[in-house]
Amino acid sequence: MHLTLHVWRQKDTRVKGKMVRYHADDINPDMSFLEMLDVVNWQLIENGEEPIAFDHDCREGICGSCGMMINGVAHGPRRATATCQLHMRYFKDGDTIYIEPWRSSAFPVLKDLIVDRSAFDRIIQAGGYISVSTGSAPEANSVLVSKQDSDRAMDAATCIGCGACVAACPNGAASLFTSAKISHLALLPQGQPERQRRVIKMIEAMDHEGFGNCTMHRECEAVCPKAISTDFIARMNREYLCSLLKG
Amino acid sequence: MSVKEIPLSDERRSHWLLLFWRSTVGKKVVMALTGAIGVGYVVAHMLGNLLVFEGPEKINTYAALLKSDSNLLWTARGILIVAVVLHIFAAYQLARLSQKSRPVGYKRWRAVGSDFASRTMRWTGLLLALFIVYHLLHLTTGTVHPDFVEADVHHNVVSGFRVWYVSAVYIVAMLMLALHLYHGVWSMCESLGVNYPKYNRLIRALATILTVIVAVGFISIPAAVLLRFIS
Repeated sequence: MHLTLHVWRQKDTRVKGKMVRYHADDINPDMSFLEMLDVVNWQLIENGEEPIAFDHDCREGICGSCGMMINGVAHGPRRATATCQLHMRYFKDGDTIYIEPWRSSAFPVLKDLIVDRSAFDRIIQAGGYISVSTGSAPEANSVLVSKQDSDRAMDAATCIGCGACVAACPNGAASLFTSAKISHLALLPQGQPERQRRVIKMIEAMDHEGFGNCTMHRECEAVCPKAISTDFIARMNREYLCSLLKG
Repeated sequence: MSVKEIPLSDERRSHWLLLFWRSTVGKKVVMALTGAIGVGYVVAHMLGNLLVFEGPEKINTYAALLKSDSNLLWTARGILIVAVVLHIFAAYQLARLSQKSRPVGYKRWRAVGSDFASRTMRWTGLLLALFIVYHLLHLTTGTVHPDFVEADVHHNVVSGFRVWYVSAVYIVAMLMLALHLYHGVWSMCESLGVNYPKYNRLIRALATILTVIVAVGFISIPAAVLLRFIS
């Protein structure tokens, strides 16, 4: 496959970036999107140019490190697929591909396609702890969880914190991420003691980072590599209202 | 990457209503509740308007009834004004926040989840606000109505809508209202936390049906006047 790439190049946070055109030649359709970028980078290194910087780690779609806007869609055209799991067979020979970093005031670009997502860490941090009994390991079945609740909690807990929801949202909202994190603990018995405080603090932290509000475009749900539903955002809003009113 | 501490508010010091209003989630709840007042009003207004098909006497009596108790009238108007002001104010603040949250835009961006109605909420909202001003000057105060007769609603409606471009403005405005409601009613349920997998299809269907009824009900009047069904 032969492709034309338009890639966002930016030296660091302070300087302005720009789109640069590259040719990706001899691309195997069975390569992942990141492997395609590796090939382009080898070529750049051979030519003595600076390779394109991008985040990645597991390349198995479970770590949440990778992610870029591919032709205007976070993680590219495949639903429920992280960039590392997107294969070049979903593109056509001769395609032009635009590659840009996540765009959010809360995610400053560090270099090229790498953004600083520590705003997410601070939201998690604001959520605080869960109270657990210390001492010897408790009996595994002493706390019972219904199948329905454990399934729903697991659906929320699949969030890998990649930031695609923020990148795709026209409002730059982090509602899907925050709601997934709030919901997975709110649904489980282990999350109950700090349930009210957690939602209030995490939403405050989310707002503090400068993320936008949810207007229910549902772009986040469509690009989420774990296909997390916006129903969790409704759950977060419900949790927030109840917690604030109960005081 | 170092993780720095966020200065969170002390819940014993800050009032819960202040926390609520400051948060994006709280502001969306305000928008949802004030929007719900608007939806209720719009439905009642549309149903009342349909009396125009029953002849001059019915609708004029109904209009007189609404205005018979000025305390009640101004209480209702007060609630509506407060609701509209809060709705617009919260929308403005949230829209500014959205702009600020993405200072550098995308060279390419493709919609994969949103629809036309959701992406045009700001514009349909703005146009509706302008329309409300025009509508009040046209059929409530009569300021911009060429042939306004106090208390004769039937006459004012028919003579007003006889002018084709006035009818066109009303019809276009009601299509804007339809777009605003189609997304707004559904989104309102999400903001209030009502959305739930089990009820989502029902909520979506109810929002759509409500939108169609309101739009058809309102548009039927200028259309009927233009087509000489009402004279």
